[in-house]
Amino acid sequence: MSCIEARGLRKAFGATVALDGIDLRVEEGRILGLIGPNGAGKTTALNAILGLTFYEGELRVLGRNPWAERERLMRDVCFIADVAVLPRWARVSQMVDYVAGVHPRFDRAKAEGFLKKTTIKRESRIRELSKGMVAQLHLALVMAIDARLLVLDEPTLGLDILYRKQFYDSLLNDYFDGNRTIVVTTHQVEEIQHVLTDLMFIDRGRIVFSCTMEEFETRYAEVLVRPEQLAAARALKPMRERQALGRSILLFDLKTDKGDRQQLAALGEVRTPSIADLFVAVMGNQQQGAAR
Amino acid sequence: MNTESNARGESSQASNAKSPLLAKEARSGAPASPRGVSATRPFYWSVRRELMEYRSIYLAPLAIGCVIVLGFGFVLRRLPETMRHPMMLNLPHQRDTLSQPFDVAAGLIMAAAFIVSIFYALDCLYGERRERSILFWKSLPVSDWTAVLAKASVLLLVLPAIAFAVTAVTETTIFLMSSAVLAANGLSVAKFWAQLMPVETMTGLAYHLVTVHILWYAPLYAWLMLISAWSRRMPFLWAVLPPFAVMIFEKIAFHTKYFADFLMGRFTGGSEAVAGSGMLDPEMKMTPGHFVATPGLWFGLAFAAVFLVAAARLRRYRGPS
Repeated sequence: MSCIEARGLRKAFGATVALDGIDLRVEEGRILGLIGPNGAGKTTALNAILGLTFYEGELRVLGRNPWAERERLMRDVCFIADVAVLPRWARVSQMVDYVAGVHPRFDRAKAEGFLKKTTIKRESRIRELSKGMVAQLHLALVMAIDARLLVLDEPTLGLDILYRKQFYDSLLNDYFDGNRTIVVTTHQVEEIQHVLTDLMFIDRGRIVFSCTMEEFETRYAEVLVRPEQLAAARALKPMRERQALGRSILLFDLKTDKGDRQQLAALGEVRTPSIADLFVAVMGNQQQGAAR
Repeated sequence: MNTESNARGESSQASNAKSPLLAKEARSGAPASPRGVSATRPFYWSVRRELMEYRSIYLAPLAIGCVIVLGFGFVLRRLPETMRHPMMLNLPHQRDTLSQPFDVAAGLIMAAAFIVSIFYALDCLYGERRERSILFWKSLPVSDWTAVLAKASVLLLVLPAIAFAVTAVTETTIFLMSSAVLAANGLSVAKFWAQLMPVETMTGLAYHLVTVHILWYAPLYAWLMLISAWSRRMPFLWAVLPPFAVMIFEKIAFHTKYFADFLMGRFTGGSEAVAGSGMLDPEMKMTPGHFVATPGLWFGLAFAAVFLVAAARLRRYRGPS
């Protein structure tokens, strides 16, 4: 059984189509990054998966219909939707008590253990905590739940780099065990590149690109082309060319573009591109395609 | 891997030892621990959550109770004088005079509870959307029905119970204070006690709370909750303006005021529950039979049910505003 399975997932708000027939399959044990520009439909897709919004099409999460069975599903699914959605009036201890009260799979000792590693005081009110501390608290609560799917929607937006790094580090070290599935959206793509096992780009309600990270690493290559080789490199029809510090950096798709790694190595230094660069290349080509 | 499985506890250690497939099955197949099955637990914690969030539910009646006791402490000086007054020979007058502070206390505490109810009902489904914490509440295995029912039971059970308890404590305090002052002044405490009928007063209070504050006001609270679940901003205006508009329209178009009377009856209503001049009137007779036979009661309860179902549906369909 796949963790998430969607066929023809569609959602429109009035005349605006947020999801335009998405087919999606996420196996258990994967860490999927859902990347897309603002308004691409990422949050709508996640909301559908979490049973927060009504949708058309077929969708199964852990074998259940999320809209009809949200309550039951939430025993196995956790999510952090946005930073700082914890109730501002609550005390930290009250939050722990409440989640322990309603969630059958919450391990209180574990949550206390995570909180001990932070500077969060038990009797503080959430409105007194910094944004980073709220994110830490939320993560501590979520990681103490023995869930099968964790959905993160921009969980680190607006946090400083220390908190962001810590967030993904503890997620990988203290939570992910190879059985759980994680779906994450973020604009800070570089920070999750090493975390992901799968990658998906979404734009205007459609999935425009999807691959595993192994594929990503073998299929795409970025070359810092030596100036004298530039013409030769361009002849290989790169996906995209950009300039940085006076050097031309060309991005190649080794599956469709001409040339292989050996050829590329002759042109200059070859390395794995960042997700962000591929994203820009894919989106750029998309828009060109749309304009044509 | 080792430290990880240690941290995950015994059950997962056992499952980690098996093949990944088996581990998966063990996790999904095992019934969520026994306490997960209980349906009352999420409800109980949902009610507790409301009390954590809206502390005025108990603080406001308590504060009013304290103010009443303090204020009464000042009046106590005059009690011996009042008891010695010739007018006190007239028994009904004596009873009225002596029971007055108790009536005032009960009335004020219930008024406080009513005002808290109105503000609570208007905010309980709106506030969580405004501060977006609804995304957190919905990430937990608590259904929208449970959440809405918990909020409704705060209005229909918790607040009346608190009003009753605070009134009982306040009145007992006043009663003991008065007795002490009378005894210290060499006046008959027995005479004072004989005039007050604590059991009857408390029964009357409970009856009033159940008939008026719970059964008769239920549609009122449910309406406010519906508006709270529906409005994207300014729920108070949305709750008040439409009925007001209907009243004005009716007045201008038909020169009648049926709707105004209907609303008035809802606010001041429940009078079918008693025969007599006032709630704590000793001559008052409870007439539950008459009350239960009032069509308005049942219409009101039917509307309350419809409003609550609609509120739960709205909570489900509506994202954070």
